[in-house]
Amino acid sequence: MEHETPPAGCPGHDEARRTFLKQSSLLTALALAPGAVVRAAETEFDEKVAAAFEKVSLKLDVNGVKHKLSVEPRTTLLDLLREQLHLTGTKKGCDYGQCGACTVHVDGKRVNSCLTLAVMQDGKKITTIEGLAEGDKLHPMQEAFIKHDGFQCGYCTPGQIMSAVACIREGHADSEGEIKEYMSGNICRCGAYPNIVAAIQEVKNGGQKV
Amino acid sequence: MNNIAALQDGKAVGDRMSRVDGRLKVTGGAKYSAEYELPGLVHSALVGSTIAKGRITSIDTKAAERAPGVLAVITHLNSPKVPGFAAKSNPDEPPAIGQPLRVFHDEKIYFNDQPVAIVVADTLERARHAARLVKVQYVAEQHQTNFEANKSKGFLPTQAKRNPKSAQNDYTRGQADGYQAAPVKLEAEYVHESEMHNPMELQSIIAHWEAADQLTVYDKVQAVKGTQRAFAKDWGLPEQNVKVIATFVGGAFGNGLHNWPHETAAIIAAKVTGKPVKLMLTREQMFTMVGYRPKTWQRIQMGATKDGKLVGITHESVGQTSTYEEFTESTVQQTRMMYAAPNVSTRYRILGLDVSTPIWMRGPGEATGAFALESAIDEMAHLVGLDPLEFRLRNYTDSDPEKNKPWSTKYLKECFQAGAERIGWSKRQLQPGQLREGDWLIGYGMGVGTFGANRGTAKARAALLADGSVLLQSATTDIGPGTGTAMVQIASDALGLPTDKIRFELGNSLFPQAPSQGGSSTVNTVGSAVNDACLALKKKLQELGGAAFANVQPEQLTLSGGQLGLKANGGPRMSFADLRKANNGQDVEVTTESKPSGDARQNYSMYSFSVHFAEVRVHAMTGEVRVTKMVSCADAGTIVNQKTAGSQMIGGAIGGIGMALHEGAVMDDRFGRYVTKDLADYHVPVHADAPPVEVYFVNKPDPLVDALGTKGIGEIAIIGVAPAITNAIFNATGKRIRELPVTPDKVLLA
Repeated sequence: MEHETPPAGCPGHDEARRTFLKQSSLLTALALAPGAVVRAAETEFDEKVAAAFEKVSLKLDVNGVKHKLSVEPRTTLLDLLREQLHLTGTKKGCDYGQCGACTVHVDGKRVNSCLTLAVMQDGKKITTIEGLAEGDKLHPMQEAFIKHDGFQCGYCTPGQIMSAVACIREGHADSEGEIKEYMSGNICRCGAYPNIVAAIQEVKNGGQKV
Repeated sequence: MNNIAALQDGKAVGDRMSRVDGRLKVTGGAKYSAEYELPGLVHSALVGSTIAKGRITSIDTKAAERAPGVLAVITHLNSPKVPGFAAKSNPDEPPAIGQPLRVFHDEKIYFNDQPVAIVVADTLERARHAARLVKVQYVAEQHQTNFEANKSKGFLPTQAKRNPKSAQNDYTRGQADGYQAAPVKLEAEYVHESEMHNPMELQSIIAHWEAADQLTVYDKVQAVKGTQRAFAKDWGLPEQNVKVIATFVGGAFGNGLHNWPHETAAIIAAKVTGKPVKLMLTREQMFTMVGYRPKTWQRIQMGATKDGKLVGITHESVGQTSTYEEFTESTVQQTRMMYAAPNVSTRYRILGLDVSTPIWMRGPGEATGAFALESAIDEMAHLVGLDPLEFRLRNYTDSDPEKNKPWSTKYLKECFQAGAERIGWSKRQLQPGQLREGDWLIGYGMGVGTFGANRGTAKARAALLADGSVLLQSATTDIGPGTGTAMVQIASDALGLPTDKIRFELGNSLFPQAPSQGGSSTVNTVGSAVNDACLALKKKLQELGGAAFANVQPEQLTLSGGQLGLKANGGPRMSFADLRKANNGQDVEVTTESKPSGDARQNYSMYSFSVHFAEVRVHAMTGEVRVTKMVSCADAGTIVNQKTAGSQMIGGAIGGIGMALHEGAVMDDRFGRYVTKDLADYHVPVHADAPPVEVYFVNKPDPLVDALGTKGIGEIAIIGVAPAITNAIFNATGKRIRELPVTPDKVLLA
């Protein structure tokens, strides 16, 4: 299935919808088909049908790399990143948007990738922790996390850093209290919170571009 | 953390060195258990029971098997039998009596959400979908999950019945229940709900049978060697045929100290499908099958003289366990050694309910016990009209009253003084409810912690490589404290080699034997092994150096500047290249084993100590409690790394805030199922809950524990925090809340 760039003003759903309608009528035809097809389904023909028809094409820019993908509509952005693109820096901690470990940037804004279906991001620019540094040069927030020991086990760290960068960009890092409030969606079970806040304050006060 | 000046000049130990794995952790490069790419890897999902007790009568897997992408649906009806399950003995590490749950072994159900099937599919989405299609029928039996209703059925653990020397036996010093003779008496009961470790990384495993008798697991565990032994025994394999990898562990706090049913489920699934199988638990499953701090009831009866000398303490406890394993912990034991009371009685019981087995959670039983003991101490201080710090000083003990031995070291008084100054203890009013700002009542509280300065036996390998760097290996793990960093610092001092020339590898069962990362003993145990391996490496290099080094002590040698030489100027020198030549061009390598000294352990009592001070604000109208400042002070021996050790203390304090104010599993006894099953229902501290935490280390070595002088930090960082907070709530409000977590409703209704 080729997926063309949708026209301006159209968020890319029309074509997918047409595809869906085409698939639906085919599936209806299959459902109505007697005997032979049903038996074929039992001999795993149904899986081949499903594999061909249940996927939706998708274009994503992930960390500057353009991907042309074919995904199941139920696949979350998080699972797409981890399981299909093997970008495991983005972490799974709950699948409910309650812990923030999966925070990535979508068109520059922080998003819980576990609460986001991949197909909803068609044409968008995704930045994960793997795309934050410029080559060997770490992002100032990454440097500050190391300096202030803003982590222990390191599992929530990618989400904390992506969230922290966005927190400054949003203008929500003007005081310790404000940082704590706007970072509270990112849980750190090791309890590195004061060190994380110190790292964010240093980057904010250092005036570096984030 | 301002006593750095007291540290050894120019040494790596004591330096605020940043973590050696920091870059990997901030770039997403650190690989955790579920993140290994293996060819042909497939995904899986568990199906859990919906009853708490009974048996499975039928399982309909047809729909799941026919779902797209499904490779296998495994239940007790078709699972290959695990050879070790037939044996009665416990193949697992913890000293629990009983049998760890034998997954897919038979039709019996022991707890709600017990794994009853695993579905394997080519993608995660398909595995999860198909798991929902498995239909299970049960015959339910009446389950018992209500702690209060069953509390009287608590029993002495079997290990205590079998072994009169077990520390779990009843204990009496002086008169049994001798507190009764005192002029001032109190009796109080303390309860806390079960708490789940909830590390941020979900429990995960990739199981891969590389051959019919070769198993490799990438597993979230705290013991790679212990896990290797357990699975080797389960599958009837020689230990070397089982490989366990845990290079990075995304937090554990104790729940990686046991092997759980999901691990064996994944291993079975890999066996059946012949493919590497990945299983990542859901957050809900983290509440039901991978351990927890058990719900515990405690009663303290305490007697003192009117001038504040303790006459006696009786401490009783009942802790929850499952029906199939006897989990025990040291809830009442610090009451025997913390204060100079002449009469002390302790009685510890466990209660088996239709729930999954608990496991040690940070601080473990000592954190539970300290909530009761340190609260009661505060209550008694109030009864006799003394400041609780002064009351503790009047009952301070300079030797161990339980074992009648001197302490190896004890600098708790220095901690008291440093902490009191830093929190502003002088602002504390003797009578509660005196400090107020608007609607906020302000109070101060303290709580003491202690934990054994344990040390085990470990091996380490040290090798001088061709590039002039040294590689160290030991099969320990790092669940977050910064083990690799500390080991590199220790090795740097031992070798005289800069830290950037040293690499420490862990988390692999191929490496030399090391125990689990638990009980605050990793630096004592593995640090000693690394230190010894480095000294042995120098000795070997000295031998290779030949006659020129014949009259030199290994301690005088250093590897700085790419050559073996003396620390002092002058003397013999030999380049690494020449040393390798003398070693037939091979890496120069040693493996050593290090054991604690039996004599020192025999003659001294060895503990780490801590004290935590909390400032809280309690809202007079809503009962909301805010911890506004904490000071945590530790007598933990030598501090190897002020930065990472400080972080451990801060993390313990924040974990203790969770224990005091937020965390508590809520059981729906009608179904025997937890209502709290995600991070929205079960609250853990977030950024907004974390106050500034100031850390003070005495930082004086304890050479009797080990040559480095370390004592251990991880547990004392949390032990005593919860009572510091509840005592501060009392000081703020005059309300004594003896049930954790202290939620606003409890404050309002008290």
